Amino acid sequence: MAERKILLGNEAMAYGLLEAGCTLAASYPGTPASEIVGTLAALKRSGSIAMHVEWSINEKVALETALANSYAGRRSAAAMKQVGLNVAADPFMSAAYTGVKGGLVVIVADDPGPHSSQTEQDTRQFAMLAKVPVLDPLGPAHARDLLHTAFDLSEDYEVPVLFRPTTRVCHARQDMEIRPFRQDQPAPVFEKDPARWAATPKFRFLLHKQLNEKLDAVSRDSRLQPVQLNPAVSAEKAAGVIVASGAVCTHASEILKDLGLWEEIPLYYAPMPFPLPEDFLTGLLDQARRILVLEETQPVMEAQFRDRAKVQGRLSGHVPREGELLPETVEGIVRTFAGLPEAAAPKGAAAPGRRPTLCAGCGHRAAFFAIRKVFPRGIYPGDIGCYTLGLNLGAVDTVLCMGASISQAAGFYHAFRDSGQNSRPIVATIGDSTFYHAGIPALINAVIQGCRFVVVVLDNATTAMTGHQPTPAEGNTLDGRSVPKVSIEDLARACGVRHVSVGDPYDFEAFTGLLKAAKEHTRDPENGGMAVVIARRPCLMDRKQPKPDRKPVPAINDKCQGCGFCITHFECPALVFHGKEEAVTVDDVLCSGCGVCAHVCPHDAIEIPSQPQAGKESNHS
Amino acid sequence: MKQQIILSGLGGQGVLFVSKILGEAALARGLSVLMSETHGMAQRGGNVISHVKVFEREKGKPEGERDAATDPAWHVSPLIRPGHAHVLVALHEEGVKAHGHFLSPNGTLVCNRTPRTGPGDVDATGIARKLGNPVAANLVLLGFAAASGALFCSLDDLRRVLEKLGGPRRDANLAALEAGAEAGGE
Repeated sequence: MAERKILLGNEAMAYGLLEAGCTLAASYPGTPASEIVGTLAALKRSGSIAMHVEWSINEKVALETALANSYAGRRSAAAMKQVGLNVAADPFMSAAYTGVKGGLVVIVADDPGPHSSQTEQDTRQFAMLAKVPVLDPLGPAHARDLLHTAFDLSEDYEVPVLFRPTTRVCHARQDMEIRPFRQDQPAPVFEKDPARWAATPKFRFLLHKQLNEKLDAVSRDSRLQPVQLNPAVSAEKAAGVIVASGAVCTHASEILKDLGLWEEIPLYYAPMPFPLPEDFLTGLLDQARRILVLEETQPVMEAQFRDRAKVQGRLSGHVPREGELLPETVEGIVRTFAGLPEAAAPKGAAAPGRRPTLCAGCGHRAAFFAIRKVFPRGIYPGDIGCYTLGLNLGAVDTVLCMGASISQAAGFYHAFRDSGQNSRPIVATIGDSTFYHAGIPALINAVIQGCRFVVVVLDNATTAMTGHQPTPAEGNTLDGRSVPKVSIEDLARACGVRHVSVGDPYDFEAFTGLLKAAKEHTRDPENGGMAVVIARRPCLMDRKQPKPDRKPVPAINDKCQGCGFCITHFECPALVFHGKEEAVTVDDVLCSGCGVCAHVCPHDAIEIPSQPQAGKESNHS
Repeated sequence: MKQQIILSGLGGQGVLFVSKILGEAALARGLSVLMSETHGMAQRGGNVISHVKVFEREKGKPEGERDAATDPAWHVSPLIRPGHAHVLVALHEEGVKAHGHFLSPNGTLVCNRTPRTGPGDVDATGIARKLGNPVAANLVLLGFAAASGALFCSLDDLRRVLEKLGGPRRDANLAALEAGAEAGGE
């Protein structure tokens, strides 16, 4: 009997790529997509696979790299989260026209909710915009299988295929049989064809025409037609039918069975929500009395019905226009559709939970506290990463997209300088990985536009939020080859910044000094300009980093007035508030021994004992 | 559906680890499992939830020959609806507030809480602290839940999963599981 394993959806997709003979996978990490290439990267590090695997500097570069490997006749994949495709939109749109040789599957994970993203955008609409087919898997095991079809489809029609799992597919775990990986690596063949690979606008028109013809043929492909999951009931006899795709289809399936409607309402699953075949759309409009469309997150299938008089969905207002379609939401919609009474609401609805916060001992917290201290009236454009949570500390005022902290700081600079308010300090914060990804052009632009503000690069030596993927500072490829390390300070200087400093935010006084010097530089009328301060402190959660020396767990002395300053302005999870006028305590399980909180208390009530305490006794008393 | 379990806790408490152990226990029993978990931003100290669904493995066509229409395992929703969980395992008492509504009216609550407010409560953190391993409160609670008969699997199943998992924490993990089981005593 084949070995059976429980795989995360993203692991299952990585296995699917390997089974299908993919030869190159490139990605930039982003929740909920990170573990797809993360799984491949781990296999690559252990020497178990031949595939070229890379954490690219950003999604645009990842997709372009994968595309060229496909031009050379080899199966390729790029993986990213939905907003990553915004970054890769330029190559993606154009790749639809040039088409591919070896199968190219672009896996883009959507995040309805959203749980860990800036937008709820529906990548399937990107497929419509670019005119490429998009597949929408049901769950982990199905995603693995459907990837095989995706590669076949891509090669048969020479078109890139979008593969769109949602968070509930990526981050579900399911048991499945383990299969062998395909071992052959086809030799690269690149046939020069400038009219296609380097097409000028005149030829692009022809490529567009070919793309339209490909898309028509793809919509009729027998492998990806919508399928009725409960064929015992016919659309003509039923009071209505449901068309669904992705994880929402599994909710609908379970709910129809639970409500005794499985034999009453036909449920169609569309593995390829775009392009839907014309025959299916017109056939259903002919046969069905009412059609309910369940899909995430925007009306893609619904919009393809030309006559929507009997179609219910997001456009008609029968399905909420935003938010994840949780099974309880789907149950409500299905009950209404079937004319059943509302479900009894369960007692005690969800309480607003705890908000996320930086980990105890995180170097970012120390850096943010220092920034607030040195620039009390500052404007703080922030960026995408763990350190977005600096907003809890009042040290992040804007968060837009990757790299925007620096360009937005420039925008604020121009706004205030042009109205004569030179004194408003601006401090942009950006993580190391985000700086490499999209911060460099913004920094060059700030320099050449004569901006004067401080950029603090929060360098924790990893891409922390998404699971500690390496950055270009690591100096090694995944298969262990040594490559040049690309240093942030060298990059900053090469961008034209004349004031660049590096410090450890744990060393609080010295780091505060660096910030003050940077502030002076931005104000120096003669030689001043942009300043970059690199706050270097490895992520505590990254097992690859050396463990820092632990200071003893801090002691709270009798000067503590329970004022809550440390809780509000420092928000370390290890500092526990017990109400006004009660002394704060330290949770010794959470405390990492960074010692920074001793600099925080306005009443000097937090002390670091000089001798390590005996054992690991708690301060709870 | 054999059993639907909600695991609730705070980021860093090991909710994911407990759900993995339960998944392996299901697999060892020849059952199928579908689980959903929280990743990314929400893991940073926020409320974390894991949905675990355990069900009979349907024999049908061999894998690889199945399609979307014929594989019943592909039609299971990865999420549990409010009011439908058979068991709620709360690694932190805040989990009862945040995720208590998932529990079915006939469901079983198991909660790491002191002082105890009911038969499903246990001071898992206190027990783990006594073992010198405060981060193992998750396994203490799991042992407690299994010993009190709340789960689809037995304490023995969980022991075997932890033994097979091995690693440098093997003995400490097993000790935590046993200490919890003792508190949940038959």
